[in-house]
Amino acid sequence: MSTSVTILIPSALRPSVAGLVEVSVEAKTVGEALGVLTSTHQRVKGHLYGEDGRLRSFVNIYLNDRDIRELEREATPLAAGDEIAIVPSMAGG
Amino acid sequence: MTLRIEPSVLEAIRGALEAAYPAEGCGFLVGEAGENGEAVVRRHEPVHNQRVEAGSARNRYEIAPGDFLTTEKKLRREGLDILGTYHSHPDHPAKPSEYDREHAWPWYRYLIISVELGVARDVRVWQLADDRMGFEEHTLNVGDS
Repeated sequence: MSTSVTILIPSALRPSVAGLVEVSVEAKTVGEALGVLTSTHQRVKGHLYGEDGRLRSFVNIYLNDRDIRELEREATPLAAGDEIAIVPSMAGG
Repeated sequence: MTLRIEPSVLEAIRGALEAAYPAEGCGFLVGEAGENGEAVVRRHEPVHNQRVEAGSARNRYEIAPGDFLTTEKKLRREGLDILGTYHSHPDHPAKPSEYDREHAWPWYRYLIISVELGVARDVRVWQLADDRMGFEEHTLNVGDS
């Protein structure tokens, strides 16, 4: 059953989601939640996913302060009230 | 496009980056973004350069995602935003490198300071172009609000 969760949007991506700081979606898994976000706000899709349809390596997704790579990645199930955060990797030289 | 920064904040950033020399230092620019690409830096949040342990901090910086998340959540409660990052180029010009371009995000301001023999010199601010092919330079306005 889908549950209501919140996706926190970093400032860099807010212009792609109509300026929203957070977005509420109904979903069963992290991947499904991101799918709802990118289908509603299509401009954000290119920032999160590569042409191969996978999350870009410099995009980190956290569920309640844990990197989903330590969980079940995009298949990680959601519970009501969960908070998903899109966290950019910040690096340079 | 203009980035305004209070003189005391810029001095603090210069000091932090001189202290990091000969490694690259880094941190977050914190403040408020307005209309038309204008933004005001209210303070800075120094963060650890993860490349120090890897032995590659002489020409690289990397911020732990956990540091980003912690900082952003704290700022959200204060009504402030991460406007971008600052980092140093030890003994190199304050221009973005190809590596900077490959790793840059849209919208964020990237403030770069060249640190020559331990002394902070040139300060320049850059933003990734929409086509990701290069950077556009911002005007840096050092002044009190």
